[in-house]
Amino acid sequence: MLKIEGLSAGYGAAPVLRGVNLRAEAGEITVLMGRNGAGKTTLMKAIMGLVRAEAGDIDLDGADLAQLPPHMVPRQGVGYVPQGRRLFADLSVAQNIEVGLGAGPKDAASRRAVRAEVLELFPRLQERMGQRAGTLSGGEQQMLATARALCVRPKLLLLDEPTEGLQPSMIEAIRQVMVAMRDKGLAVLLVEQRIDAVLGLADRVSVIEMGRNAENFSRAELTEPENARRLRGHLGV
Amino acid sequence: MEFGPYLLLACLEGAVLAAVLALMASGLSLVFGVMRVVNVAHGEFYMLGAVMAWVVTSVLGGGAVINFVAALILAPLIVGALAVLADVTILKRLNYDPERTIVATIGLLYIIQQLALMGYGPEARPVEPPFNTRIALPWVEWGEGGISLYFPWGLSTTSYKLFVIAAAVVLLAALRLFMTRSRAGLIMRATQLDGEMATAFGIPVERVYALVFGAGAALAALAGVLIVPIQQAHYLMGGDALLLSFIVVIIGGLGSLAGTVVAAVLIGMSDGIISVFFTPTLAKIIATLLVALVLVFRPQGLFGVRER
Repeated sequence: MLKIEGLSAGYGAAPVLRGVNLRAEAGEITVLMGRNGAGKTTLMKAIMGLVRAEAGDIDLDGADLAQLPPHMVPRQGVGYVPQGRRLFADLSVAQNIEVGLGAGPKDAASRRAVRAEVLELFPRLQERMGQRAGTLSGGEQQMLATARALCVRPKLLLLDEPTEGLQPSMIEAIRQVMVAMRDKGLAVLLVEQRIDAVLGLADRVSVIEMGRNAENFSRAELTEPENARRLRGHLGV
Repeated sequence: MEFGPYLLLACLEGAVLAAVLALMASGLSLVFGVMRVVNVAHGEFYMLGAVMAWVVTSVLGGGAVINFVAALILAPLIVGALAVLADVTILKRLNYDPERTIVATIGLLYIIQQLALMGYGPEARPVEPPFNTRIALPWVEWGEGGISLYFPWGLSTTSYKLFVIAAAVVLLAALRLFMTRSRAGLIMRATQLDGEMATAFGIPVERVYALVFGAGAALAALAGVLIVPIQQAHYLMGGDALLLSFIVVIIGGLGSLAGTVVAAVLIGMSDGIISVFFTPTLAKIIATLLVALVLVFRPQGLFGVRER
């Protein structure tokens, strides 16, 4: 599905990612972990083409995303839930969903089907369609950000710290959506800081430090106390 | 003439200025709102609209109505296309950097102005209005027999001036509908709110910018076409119009279309009234003073949103 090799990217003259390798497979949740400033968000942005790759390949089912204009990346089936949600705050819930559908299916019938499917996952949004996105609660905003990304009808779903600042019931709701998407066969790439949120959810964990790969763990490896301790060591907790 | 009829006349003159100003300033506000580009060359697109109207009506040589309708369609299209070209060749290469695009549009202002001087000449040239019937306006008087209507001498306007007001209202309503109801308007608003996220959802932001810059210039050109039967086309006419447009968008709130229209009515009407009763210079002084007050007490403008 997603295969990143030797990716270097950054902002202007300041490199953030230095030869990163990563894989995310269909039907799996891959969790990207690392300390603040390690380059996790930059990696997500590089996949989306929002930060240009200076070297390396970002291959999604044979398409080199690094060579595409940024607005073509979502059309390859990549849904993005950015850190801090970044909704179009002055637009209504319905309009935010409409923007997401713009990168989704072309024909009206498929669009209607995707919209209905997404709203079935987040029934609370159905009641708020006319409300301005900026006036929703934090949890509802996260639901909308996730719904907007799912409107793309993605095969790869990127989520950058989706549970940050949410109450436990909302965290559980978002977690259930991630599991449902994995079970539907999507590749889910999740950036997460909290180890307790990752254990039991991740199929594999990739740790990056200072823009480089540090260590990878499979689900089975994470059940071993020694590996869990090493993971905590990487994160400094 | 008594004060009342005189005031009505001043209000009508002000409404014509407000109508043209609202159209022109909406273009400036649209460009700033979506692209964050302060387009100093915007007045030159207004001038180009007026000059193109003269060119089209001169070349066609048909009846006044056909000539004017052709100018109303062709001039904004030509000027809009030129603006798209300017966007692709200049602004895009500067990555729409707010500071560098100010310098670039100052350069564009002089290039357009001097090209107009070279090609069109220094003369002010009129364009025949499509219709220009004089319409006497009634006023009321209270006499012994109650209220009665009469037509004071000199209290009149022209059908063309009323058309300018009506056309601006229709165009601005259409612009609002386009921005709030159409898919293209939704794309523009999403780009305005967060260009990076718009890209992440498949919106080709640079193409949107080019079209918005073209649309902004086309609105200025439309204003230029509408005003040229009243004011004549001249290669330096963009300067004053640009200053007034900046005053309007600063008072209304940069990027706010509703604010722009309200401020245009405020500035246009006050300019019309003060110019009739006092002097046009005093009107400009008061407008500039109003901008200073807004900048001090409400920097985001009347309808603008404070940057976080």
